[in-house]
Amino acid sequence: MSLKLILVLIPILPLAAAAIAGLLRQQVGRAGAHWIAILAVAMSFFLSAWVLYQHMYGGLGTVNISIYTWMVSDGIHFEIGFLIDHLSTLMMTVVTFVSWMVHIYTIGYMAEDPGYQRFFSYIALFTFSMLMLVMSNNFLQLFFGWEAVGLVSYLLIGFWFKRESAIFAGLKAFLVNRVGDFGFLLGIAAVLYCFGSMDYAEVFSKAPDITGDTVTIIPGFEWRWITLICVCLFIGAMGKSAQAPLHVWLPDSMEGPTPISALIHAATMVTAGIFMVSRMSPLFELSDAALSFVMLIGAVTAISMGLVGIVQNDIKRVIAYSTLSQLGYMTVALGVSAYSAAIFHLMTHAFFKALLFLAAGSVIIALHHQQDMRFMGGLRKQMPVTWITAWIGTLALIGFPFMSGFYSKDTIIEAVHASSRWGAGVAYWAVLIGVLITSFYSFRLLYLTFHGQPRYTVDVGAGDHPPDGIVQHTPHESPLVVTVPLVLLAIPSVVIGYLTIDPVLFGGWLSDSLPVLSQNDTVAAVGEHFDGAVAMAKHALSTAPFWLMISGFVLATFIYRIRPAVADQLQQKLPGLHRILENKFYVDELYQKTFVARTIGIGNGLWKKADDGLIDGWLVNGSARLMNNLSARVRVWQSGYLFHYAFAMIVGLIGILAIWVMLK
Amino acid sequence: MNNSNMLLAAPEFWVLSMACVILVVDLFLREERRGIIHLLAIITLIFAAIITMRGDYASEGVRSALAFNGSFIRDQMGDMLKLFSYLVLAIVYIYSKFHLRQFRMFRADFYTLSLFALLGVMLLISANNLVTIYLGLELISLSSYALVAFDRDSRTGSEAAMKYFVLGSMASGMLLYGMSMIYGATGSLDLYAISAAVANIGSDDPMLVFGLVFLVVGLAFKLGVVPFHMWIPDVYHGAPVPTTLFISSVPKMAAFAMAIRLLQTGLGDLQGDWSQMLSVLAVLSIVLGNLAAIAQTNIKRMLAYSTISHMGFVLMGLLPGSATGYGAGMFYVIVYSLMSAAAFGMVILLSARGVEAEKLDDFKGLNQRNSWYAAVMAMVMFSMAGVPVFVGFFAKWLVIKAALDAGLVWLAIIAVVFSVVGAFYYIRVVKLMYFDEPVTESPIEVPVDFRTVISLNGAMMLGLGIFSSSLIAVCMSSFGA
Repeated sequence: MSLKLILVLIPILPLAAAAIAGLLRQQVGRAGAHWIAILAVAMSFFLSAWVLYQHMYGGLGTVNISIYTWMVSDGIHFEIGFLIDHLSTLMMTVVTFVSWMVHIYTIGYMAEDPGYQRFFSYIALFTFSMLMLVMSNNFLQLFFGWEAVGLVSYLLIGFWFKRESAIFAGLKAFLVNRVGDFGFLLGIAAVLYCFGSMDYAEVFSKAPDITGDTVTIIPGFEWRWITLICVCLFIGAMGKSAQAPLHVWLPDSMEGPTPISALIHAATMVTAGIFMVSRMSPLFELSDAALSFVMLIGAVTAISMGLVGIVQNDIKRVIAYSTLSQLGYMTVALGVSAYSAAIFHLMTHAFFKALLFLAAGSVIIALHHQQDMRFMGGLRKQMPVTWITAWIGTLALIGFPFMSGFYSKDTIIEAVHASSRWGAGVAYWAVLIGVLITSFYSFRLLYLTFHGQPRYTVDVGAGDHPPDGIVQHTPHESPLVVTVPLVLLAIPSVVIGYLTIDPVLFGGWLSDSLPVLSQNDTVAAVGEHFDGAVAMAKHALSTAPFWLMISGFVLATFIYRIRPAVADQLQQKLPGLHRILENKFYVDELYQKTFVARTIGIGNGLWKKADDGLIDGWLVNGSARLMNNLSARVRVWQSGYLFHYAFAMIVGLIGILAIWVMLK
Repeated sequence: MNNSNMLLAAPEFWVLSMACVILVVDLFLREERRGIIHLLAIITLIFAAIITMRGDYASEGVRSALAFNGSFIRDQMGDMLKLFSYLVLAIVYIYSKFHLRQFRMFRADFYTLSLFALLGVMLLISANNLVTIYLGLELISLSSYALVAFDRDSRTGSEAAMKYFVLGSMASGMLLYGMSMIYGATGSLDLYAISAAVANIGSDDPMLVFGLVFLVVGLAFKLGVVPFHMWIPDVYHGAPVPTTLFISSVPKMAAFAMAIRLLQTGLGDLQGDWSQMLSVLAVLSIVLGNLAAIAQTNIKRMLAYSTISHMGFVLMGLLPGSATGYGAGMFYVIVYSLMSAAAFGMVILLSARGVEAEKLDDFKGLNQRNSWYAAVMAMVMFSMAGVPVFVGFFAKWLVIKAALDAGLVWLAIIAVVFSVVGAFYYIRVVKLMYFDEPVTESPIEVPVDFRTVISLNGAMMLGLGIFSSSLIAVCMSSFGA
């Protein structure tokens, strides 16, 4: 097989599977749908892995091919093409692997759902869209993939479309992302305007020529074009990667089924913004202002979302806030030009966060869709595999030495420390304190879920929808289709950082495809002090992040294992702080009171007066009435009488004759 | 130039001989072995395609070739249209076989008549002389009249055939009269000679314009544009679906070629005049076709009015008289034929044993009965409505762009507004399929060849939309754009 064919097959296979599982559901049945989807995604994974292998050992260079030209308009070529370099290969492999695991897991999680085939169709479609996004070599296809993953995300958040809260969450995700996408689209439009091309290679090569060009949007206030482009593009990334203040949709997206939370809202789609900014590094490098903006947004997100995670009681929401906080870390890394560190953390995070979500899902299955941690506890005895894998995921998340998360997170912290960009000092403190917070809420989750005494009671006669705290059966370990993906994800969560940090991150493998100006290259600065993964882990014992992490652990152990009463006392002692966190800094309320209320107000006004009265009453219904009237009248002409028809022809002939011969 | 190079007409000879062979073979076939006829017809088309593609008349700098003393022409436009005619006719045969079998009408007549009509289509496409044009046109028309009355016992079928015949004869008469005027003014039947003569006479000769009006009327009847469209709804409705399927698709490509030959090749200097006439006809068709379609409850009639509006769009491509406009029109007519074939194919698909699925209501709840066929129909309807990504969007976009480039902003606005009106009745079908409860639960059982072809035909709507650039490029290069 030629390389081009392989590259085409990688996204096409999941697309074909999505079409078959969705459109031929009567023909293939339930088992058929999951087999087709799983096999297609597995094939995609193996082909991606082969390309990765060729990149690592086969001497394959960067491949930039155009598959075909979709259309040409005013000299601008809209093409479908692939840019396969180290960055995109890594993303493809991670996406297909996590997607594959989630596909398998879904068999167990969605076993009794009536929308089983629809679900497989959606996640296969998601895999296709995500692959199109990461493999793209031009802005148009990037935008296509960007919107397509968004679409699948809304479809899946609202998957249980009969639940009020799911509909609300879907709508919220959609609206918040519209804000981000508006910026993104403006950014792409500005790129097209400045460079006259949508092709990455062409745009990046022309970028240095326009660094001096400015534009005046508000009179008397000049912007550099490049800063404008980067900020607009980053606003898109803020929407998709849920950075403050556009983060509000992600916690609510937990209304979707858990496999989706793992795949889309933790491991892959939400990292699209991080990927996009890294891909655009030749543009961002030219604007220090934009990068400072990126860094500060990331720092705010990293610390504030971690704090909110501490007071959440829903197991999935804790992990969701943890995801937000980790995305903040990646964004900070982008802001200090440590693109490869951000992508490295993206990769490790994809494994351990997917693992944590799937472990949470396993707990949720065992407790019959109970998600409140106040009604869990002591599950380690009944669910040993889930318990151990959850511990592994947690250790990786908090950055325990030798675990994957340690290498990626420590590199980010060091890179921020090494950066001299405006705002890096603040960001450094934010990411340091973030370590303590991460450690605290992670152990809180583990203790509340798996340790201590059960806080639920088993009542066989409780009925199908028992109240909180009561389950019908004693919880037991989940089936193999659930635990095998957990184990398979736990392995990379432990070893991937240790194995790859030297060759991939500091060896320059990743940074080959992420151009950085040499004076900004913080990863290289960190790399100078790097002498082996083991040495790095040993060295960590004498650094601040490690001890902050340990203090988070001690604090959580004290509060939730040794003196459980302390938690309540603290809550009473600091009511203001608790209320602020509980209400997530009142951001939702703020939006609800300002934008949403205003919009609804304006909307209502427009709806009643303009829409009902003018548009619907007069324009739409009016024109519909007009069309109907006309249509009924026109219909009468078709009388069925031959002489009427002949008459019409003669009239037509005479009409044309009259105009052109008589009048001429 | 070799004026008597008969080999250029090899595809025509092949189709003619095979039509005769099928006619004879049928005499010796027993009823139950009639499948052979179907097979032979398909083979005819495949080889016709091969012969057409192997024509090696074009060389460096020479893009067309003449035969029969200049009355027959081979060029890229002709070859492309012929190839698509074979393709669409093959699709028609595969859909029709199922229907004809179900309705006990599986006779060889359908195949021979439609092959003779195809011969007419090919002649018309390759005509470079007024007599050849008339010959091709009449061959199509006479075969079509018989095809409409194919179901002898059907009252509506006979009625439709009668109407079609009378009106068609009138139109032929007008066309002939126009031709005689042109001959009178220029002294030639050859389109090249006419073109040269017109350049001499000048474009404001009253006799020429008089002749032109009659030619345009004949053309308008063949395309079925307002006000020469009256036959279309009755014929589409009255004829058996396979016949409707045929006359709504293949002959339209011939009519387009006829317009190109007559108006561009022959009377190109009168572009100022015919462009205005065509714009009036185009506007009337787009407006009236879309309006009348809304009120229909019968899907065949709805599609008939939709055809009228589509032909208005084809005229919109023709009337700017620019190469990109002709290319856009050609792309439109090809795409339209494929869409129309798929839409009528779905009508055949839903016809239960002995009962034609004519009502729009027959599409209710199709998604619950079979989600794949519902998706196919949805793709066809979205494409007809001109929703982006589907190929119908590009067809509409190109003709509207051609009109805009020619400065016809008012025409473009009307076209866009009435595309929106048209979207209503196409998307209504989608709504019926996905949001309404089915009226019948009977499973849809069709043979495997039908299933494959309708799936491919539907997938073409999306596929050609995503990969539209090569077909557009071929259409454009046919006119040197």
